[in-house]
Amino acid sequence: MGKVMEVNGPLVTIQQNNIRNGEQVRIGKLGLVGEVISLFENRALVQVYETTESLHPGEEVEGLGKPLSVELGPGMLGQIFDGVQRPLNKILEMSGETIARGLTVNSLDREKKWHFVPADNLEVGQIVTQGTIMGTVQETPTITHRVLVPPGKQGEIVEHAGEGDYTVEEIIVRIKDRNNKLVDLRMYHDWPVRTPRPFQSRTSSAQPLLTGQRILDTFFPLLKGGKAAVPGPFGAGKTMVQQQIARWANADIVLYVGCGERGNELVDILETFPQLTDPYTGRSLMERTFLVANTSNMPVVAREASIYVGVTMAEYYRDQGYDVVMVADSTSRWAEALREVAGRLGQMPVEEGYPAYLASRLAAFYERAGSVNTLAENMGSVTLIGAVSPPGGDFSEPVTSHTKEIIRTFWALSKPLADARHYPAVSWIESFSDYEARARDWWAENVNPKWSSHRQQALTLLTQADELERIVNLVGPEALSSAQRWTLESAGIIKEGLLQQSALDETDSYCSPEKQFRLMDLILKFYETGNELIKLGMPVEQLAELPENGKIRRLKSSIANDQLEELDSFASELFKHLDYMRAEYAGTKETNA
Amino acid sequence: MKQIEYKHVTAARGSLLFLKGGTDAALGERVAIRDIDGNIRNGQVIKTSDKMILVQVFESTEHIDLENTWIRYLDEPFELALSPDMLGRNFNGIGEPRDNRPPIVSSLVRNVNGSPINPAARAYPREFIQTGISSIDGLNSLVRGQKLPVFSGSGLPHNRIAAQIVRQAKLPDESSNFVIVFAAMGVSHSDARFFETEFESSGVLRNVVMFTNLANDPPMERLILPRTALTAAEYLAYDLDHHVLVVITDMTNYAEALREIATEKGDVPSRKGYPGYLYSDLAEIYERAGRVKNRHGSITMIPILSMPSDDITHPIPDLTGYITEGQIVMSRELHSKSVYPPVNVPPSLSRLMKDGIGKEYTREDHPHVASQLYASYTRALEARNLASIIGAEELSQRDRRFLAFAEAFEDRFVRQDAEDERSIIETLDLAWELLSLLPPEALTRVSEAEIQKYHSWDESR
Ligand SMILES: Nc1ncnc2c1ncn2[C@@H]1O[C@H](COP(=O)(O)OP(=O)(O)OP(=O)(O)O)[C@@H](O)[C@H]1O
Ligand SMILES: [Mg+2]
Repeated sequence: MGKVMEVNGPLVTIQQNNIRNGEQVRIGKLGLVGEVISLFENRALVQVYETTESLHPGEEVEGLGKPLSVELGPGMLGQIFDGVQRPLNKILEMSGETIARGLTVNSLDREKKWHFVPADNLEVGQIVTQGTIMGTVQETPTITHRVLVPPGKQGEIVEHAGEGDYTVEEIIVRIKDRNNKLVDLRMYHDWPVRTPRPFQSRTSSAQPLLTGQRILDTFFPLLKGGKAAVPGPFGAGKTMVQQQIARWANADIVLYVGCGERGNELVDILETFPQLTDPYTGRSLMERTFLVANTSNMPVVAREASIYVGVTMAEYYRDQGYDVVMVADSTSRWAEALREVAGRLGQMPVEEGYPAYLASRLAAFYERAGSVNTLAENMGSVTLIGAVSPPGGDFSEPVTSHTKEIIRTFWALSKPLADARHYPAVSWIESFSDYEARARDWWAENVNPKWSSHRQQALTLLTQADELERIVNLVGPEALSSAQRWTLESAGIIKEGLLQQSALDETDSYCSPEKQFRLMDLILKFYETGNELIKLGMPVEQLAELPENGKIRRLKSSIANDQLEELDSFASELFKHLDYMRAEYAGTKETNA
Repeated sequence: MKQIEYKHVTAARGSLLFLKGGTDAALGERVAIRDIDGNIRNGQVIKTSDKMILVQVFESTEHIDLENTWIRYLDEPFELALSPDMLGRNFNGIGEPRDNRPPIVSSLVRNVNGSPINPAARAYPREFIQTGISSIDGLNSLVRGQKLPVFSGSGLPHNRIAAQIVRQAKLPDESSNFVIVFAAMGVSHSDARFFETEFESSGVLRNVVMFTNLANDPPMERLILPRTALTAAEYLAYDLDHHVLVVITDMTNYAEALREIATEKGDVPSRKGYPGYLYSDLAEIYERAGRVKNRHGSITMIPILSMPSDDITHPIPDLTGYITEGQIVMSRELHSKSVYPPVNVPPSLSRLMKDGIGKEYTREDHPHVASQLYASYTRALEARNLASIIGAEELSQRDRRFLAFAEAFEDRFVRQDAEDERSIIETLDLAWELLSLLPPEALTRVSEAEIQKYHSWDESR
């Protein structure tokens, strides 16, 4: 069908006659797979998902007749796929420890039988349209896979399968479309990854995506269907934040996309998640998790594809009425893959080598997040959380700055905090969330109406303390009043007792919303009581050296989520003690007067 | 094609040769270039089309003319012959002997580029390696299969530290069983000599394979050298079941060679003239470290790089840090205070430490102690900073304690004689001794039970 004319890294120019733009092709003896990215005269430019080493001019090229697509059906959960949705465990069986080139392998297992239960109302003569639920399959013990009529298909049922065990390739429903043409529907279908999947309408969700991380949930909240970014220099904790979200988020399904990052980080998940329990269902975490992996040593072009492959699979579960979270680590590597192809195409770089369409591609990707009313009239959502790896940790670089314009929650990681092992190193100054106002209602209704004002007070205290620290560093602590010194001290308690949260601490790795609020409440009350005592003349040092001070900083890990009554008894002891001291100071004051 | 020689050079520039197309040369194919004097140079096809073929020449194109140069296509990529006889030998970047001994002959040859490891085939590295150096073992522990670079600068003792790690690295309670692959790119004669003497005097020379490219050797050879060295390492680890420690120095010289060729090719530069693909290129090297399921051997990698003008945000350390599993950063300040090893604690990090320490591997208090030392030392550095503004005598008592802690920490924990090999238990005990300079309420990263057990606070001090 065509012939190789030039090989330039991952880009191959072929001579062709009827290949379409966007079509996938198979190249040469090895059968490397690629995608046509532009056509001119009788030539086509192909980006290849595999290393092109040993390819030479003259090798043959065959068009595959479809654009880069994924297979969508039961059997994706618990799996790890590569950047073009090839199952890596299958590849391991086929080619051993290293990934051979030119392998052809189905994304979904063709042998496995699934127990299909037809929908109650499924009957011959019924008219079905895109999104109609044809039946269900128990994909994992926690996830019921809803088998839907694929987008774009509709007609009258002429035949359907009864309850029973079927492979994904067996026909489940046969319909007759408008032109009386028979259409076979199976448990899976193909979908081109660069096309967003359709839905009825967007809805505005006010359900927070809870992660059990205080600095995220309480201070910079994210909503289901929202879009967030985690930028930070190397080693600041982007991957840890995303892994914590994958572990603890109150979502139905989590997709972890390792895009141009380390192989060991994926193994970490593959080895630990099966052992971990989903806090909401009590089942193994792996039952709701799946992964896409294009590690940094895997071919660059598949890295660009991996993000779309991921988000398409996420949308597919959304369409079934699930809340899906997709974390992508790191979107910078995806952008660099774009840049690399653009550079080889000789496209005009605009900023730091990136092509002019960087911003629009980023926006289009994040636009696929959202909370929607699905075609099946369910509510479902895709939450997108992208890590950003700015060169030199400089947030003014193109990928970070464009992303910042698009997303609504920004968890900025700071190197000084990470160096001091203040984890998560989320900066309370540079981070923001546009969802606070909507999250407020949920917290007021489900936890405590004071959530928002408390949050504001804690943030104010932190900013004041930053200001005071600057003064101290100029003129020394003597310049501060007692009240100011107490502010500094209290901000220290907030940082240690509330913001810092070790992912490795068994008790504190996940913090329930209730506990998040109660800890904040207690610390603020302690701060206010301290203020009163200082007004009555109690020296700051004495307050700061109270043994309770150290205890408060440790409450997060000394009291578990299900032992909050211990928090109450600690608080009542503490404030009794402080009341007693207040009485004492008030007494002295009176005597003096 | 192997036998045919073509005379079709159309241009030569720097390390690039432009050849007329039409020979169906394959990307990555090895070529032999015979110049007018009959000398053979090594090249590799880096771009190929029916019109033109671009070849990168490892020895540069100096003295090449367009008329009298003959090209032979070898119909194979760069490959390395592998055999146990490589141990104790010294090779150049393409695996030719540098030690006046015969070349390795073996039926087992592998493409030096390797192929990416399937992430599903990896095993997570967990076994703690004791290096005997407190600032590494205690605070930034190395585990078997990790890639942990040393970020250094000119004149800093990174070589000594690397040599010390090579000499002392072992699992606690075991004697060293590492095999060493040493890859040197653009290093000076004296540095190369230093390592040789070190390997010799510590008696490991028979377990070392060296790949050397000196400062006056062809720079382009540096692009292939780490790949050749890692091909040897993979063979030793996965075919011969050895635990392999790969020391690569200096990655900065590697990246500079890459920039040079990228510029010659006219690739779009990104930061500081380095090509945008520097990240992926470095990752092809670094990601070859690790462990593989059902294989006994492992590859632990210690790349050394010098940070141009001590700038950690320079693309070379920056991109390295984004790929490797942490970094050990050298401090010029500690070095000038003659602290050896001058490990700059705050920016140093080991990401695999969390799973390789604690009850099972070192001691149950290790994770907390490490976190506490970090917190206290950063706090102490703030106190020191404050003291430099207002004077130490103006500090509060609490801050004075921290100041004393900073001094003791640098002087006793970080500073360590090159011959002083501390066990991890000694390191942890020493840590508690230093933490005992601080009052218990200042130690919130360790548990109250650990304070009871290990902390000895004396109010009167
Ligand atoms: N919440 C946390 N709790 C405990 N440790 C943490 C936390 N966050 C980060 N760390 C520590 O910081 C290290 C680096 O974090 P991480 O790997 O997530 O960084 P990163 O920002 O993803 O870096 P890179 O860009 O290089 O991938 C971790 O290995 C861990 O030791
Ligand atoms: Mg990361």
